[in-house]
Amino acid sequence: MTTTASRSTIFRRPKTTTGFWSWITTVDHKKIGIMYGYTAFFFLLVGGLEALLLRIQLAGPEGQFLSQAEYNAMFTMHGTTMVFLVIMPMSAAFMNFLLPLMIGARDVAFPRLNALSYWVFLFGGIFLYSTFLFGTTGAPAGGFLADEVSRLGSAPNAGWFGYAPNTESQYSVGTVLDYWSIGLQIIGLASLLSSVNLITTIFNLRAKGMRLLRMPVFAWMSLVVNFLLAFSLPIIAVALWMITFDRQFGSQFFQAANGGDPILWQHLFWLFGHPEVYILVLPAMGIVSEVLPVFSRKPLFGYAAVVFAGAAIGFLGFGVWAHHMFSSGIGTVAQAAFGLSTMTIAIPTGIKIFNWLGTMWMGRLRFTTPMLFAIGFVAMFTIGGLSGVTHSVVPADWQQTDTYYVVAHFHYVLFGGAIFGIFAGLYYWFPKLTGRMYSEKLGKLHFWLMFIGFNLTFAPMHWLGLQGMVRRTWQYAADTNLGPWNMVVTIGAFVIATSILVFMWNWVVSRRRGVQAGIDPWDARTLEWTIPSPPPQYNFAEIPTVTSLDDFWHRKYTEDDEERPVRREGADALVAELEHTGRHPDRPIHLPAPSYFPIAVGLSLPLVGYGIVYHGEVWGLALLVVGLLATVTSFIGWAQEPSEPEPFGEEG
Amino acid sequence: MLLSSCIEGAPLDSLNPAGPVARQIDGLWWLVFWIAAAIFVLVQGAILVIAFVFRDRRGRQEPKQIHGNNKLEMLWTAIPALILAGIAVPTVKTIFELTDRPDNALTVEVIGHQWWFEYVYPEYGITTANIMVIPAGMPVELKLTSEDVLHNFWVPQLAGKRYLVTGQETYLNLEADQPGEYWGQCAEFCGLSHALMRARVVAVDEAGFEQWVAGQQQPAVEPAEGSPAAEGQATFLNAGCTRCHIIRGVWEEVTRQPPAPDLTHLAGRDYFAGASFDLDAAHLRRWLANPPAMKSGSFMPNLSLNDDEITALIAYLETLE
Repeated sequence: MTTTASRSTIFRRPKTTTGFWSWITTVDHKKIGIMYGYTAFFFLLVGGLEALLLRIQLAGPEGQFLSQAEYNAMFTMHGTTMVFLVIMPMSAAFMNFLLPLMIGARDVAFPRLNALSYWVFLFGGIFLYSTFLFGTTGAPAGGFLADEVSRLGSAPNAGWFGYAPNTESQYSVGTVLDYWSIGLQIIGLASLLSSVNLITTIFNLRAKGMRLLRMPVFAWMSLVVNFLLAFSLPIIAVALWMITFDRQFGSQFFQAANGGDPILWQHLFWLFGHPEVYILVLPAMGIVSEVLPVFSRKPLFGYAAVVFAGAAIGFLGFGVWAHHMFSSGIGTVAQAAFGLSTMTIAIPTGIKIFNWLGTMWMGRLRFTTPMLFAIGFVAMFTIGGLSGVTHSVVPADWQQTDTYYVVAHFHYVLFGGAIFGIFAGLYYWFPKLTGRMYSEKLGKLHFWLMFIGFNLTFAPMHWLGLQGMVRRTWQYAADTNLGPWNMVVTIGAFVIATSILVFMWNWVVSRRRGVQAGIDPWDARTLEWTIPSPPPQYNFAEIPTVTSLDDFWHRKYTEDDEERPVRREGADALVAELEHTGRHPDRPIHLPAPSYFPIAVGLSLPLVGYGIVYHGEVWGLALLVVGLLATVTSFIGWAQEPSEPEPFGEEG
Repeated sequence: MLLSSCIEGAPLDSLNPAGPVARQIDGLWWLVFWIAAAIFVLVQGAILVIAFVFRDRRGRQEPKQIHGNNKLEMLWTAIPALILAGIAVPTVKTIFELTDRPDNALTVEVIGHQWWFEYVYPEYGITTANIMVIPAGMPVELKLTSEDVLHNFWVPQLAGKRYLVTGQETYLNLEADQPGEYWGQCAEFCGLSHALMRARVVAVDEAGFEQWVAGQQQPAVEPAEGSPAAEGQATFLNAGCTRCHIIRGVWEEVTRQPPAPDLTHLAGRDYFAGASFDLDAAHLRRWLANPPAMKSGSFMPNLSLNDDEITALIAYLETLE
């Protein structure tokens, strides 16, 4: 009966569980997480390469390494890539891989939707990057170029923030900005879909006894982030449609000459863009909140405070957007109000930092690589937080805004913060992901190189900015005396690049030849460490029942009268038993079946995108129609796809 | 580290204020800086001490399982809140003080173009470009707007930044204590040649300012007949320059939008093309030969001038004091 049903739709339901097609059709949250991770890392290399080109150009005054057009394209693509194609999907990788494991679920709530998120993200990213092949750009209407723009310069070039009216078609001629606005639209869709999916997962698929306030902090921060995504992405989606319509169909949303308002774009962009900052950094805060307790051998200090502070940051994050606009000419009262609201964000942020210090206080600290990155996160993020407070001092911000001081600030938050947190997580869960240990020696080398390179790169930007270096500047005059520190910055960037090579070497070698890790190499506290490494497709042979926060830890440890942990007698046996039963479920387990439709939809959307960019051509219109038909057809096939649960585990 | 690393002699240094507006911002900045520095030392110090004291070493006992402390939570919520309240008061006060419209101020209209600033002195009927001349010791109120995309006017030693917004008017107060030349730069990304949209503010004493105004109000000097400059003027009138450039007394109406800088007193300015290049024969020669090669996206095309025409034009432009 099931066979006839599966023939009633466009594709037959795929069966493979290994090999190429298993990845193409997978709906397994772990495989999707892994694909997210590798794709995001690939884009990290691309975005990093772009940054190196920028730094070569700025190493000395009046640099000639890149043309202006190339420089503008590189800084735009660096920012756009790092935000939308690196940190967001890297967080998605962690959430996908870990959330179901942490809350005791078999998969996410909507497994096919999860696959769709990934494919939409991937093809959206490819669509955006195809600008280097097909995009065109030039001087603003009426201006002249001495030479044609190279392919390297044929990419979006109006900044990741894309301020109107520079993004309008008379100022940004050619198609590169269309690749940007439509590409981001597609990529944003991926995150929006996944936010709905993960919120539902957290609310509905927790194991028995896993009350909300027993969830690991990472799960909590994921919940906050996904709400932020669900509420903020529609705003940027609207703004991107408005600019797309302005460019493609002559709507006048941001055209001042026809009654449009360029400042409106800034409000919409930052109403999304500021929550976005927390979208980028909260997952890393979650990771750090997992890592610090394990390597301090203490529970997280002030669990509830850390959770509520994270939620508070999420709420406040929607009320501070205009602090990006203090010099835009917004009213005096508005400036004062947004200055004050911005200051309040420092309070929950401070609470988190103090609680992390409290976690380490009196602990027994093991300085493994993830621990080093987590401590590095706390230290570097503190600096970013402090410089953030100086932005809330509005008159000071009139001097700082649009300078390298701001570049320093947000790299301390997003690199010293988010990226350090991500590396802490990559090392911490490496044994779970691969079943093997990484090399501590190489890991520590990576950390120290990155830590030194990071500070060489971004610390000098503070005083470079205060002393006159504006952002997005292709050159600076020799007389500004900004040259020497810029050279230091460039050297730092190459030290960071070296550290990334060390990381890659460690990863590639350890995946194959690392020591077997076992299920619980860190003596950890949360559910993902109660199942085999790498986790079997069904995650838990038996869905666990949870009785407390850090349930696994309490099953291994009791406390003596001094409140010091004492390993229970049966703890080793318990771990051994978990390892065995985890691999041998005692009855068949029903898992969501793979599907071709997510990738089919994912492939169709860029066709629509190309269709919109080239709708002036007949073949462009044809692409638009084909893309729309393919999208709709795929969704119809999707809707008709019979669910065909496949028992797993008999062979065990 | 921050103090010792300050760059000496940086002309765009916001930490070296040269007027009351910038000085007031600077004072507020240092107040906040020292508070932030104290917290920085405290937190980083705590991290280092904790990492050293509580590191795992031989014989170290398992730690007590402390889950939190409500009193501490309240403490580290309240103390930062109080510190922030302390910062908030001078912040708000300064915002209102510095955005107050000054009395008896000189008004200068700043119009942003890709990629140069135009300055109009409505009280005196003067239009100039790239270099703004102001009297020292007198408040100046800038009224800013843009002809095309957003720009951001920044002369760090005199004031903070203010956007030039298409179709809107924004305001900025600025004042220089002493005569001198102050560097500026467009701070908002404004397209291809954003990096080459620079500015200078030249502050002069009161007598000097009056003299400058009187000079600017004069039409351009007529070149002596038969001189190389006269030949240059003929080139100016015939080579296509008049489509965009005004030289008062010679050519006063342009047909092409967007307009280009008023050249009536060009030779009185030390820099040109967005204050990015020294105004001298060598730079002018390169510029006239191929403007987009010096400034990508330039609205001045390559006019295919030959060497003689360029030489003549330079001779003429240099007379436009």
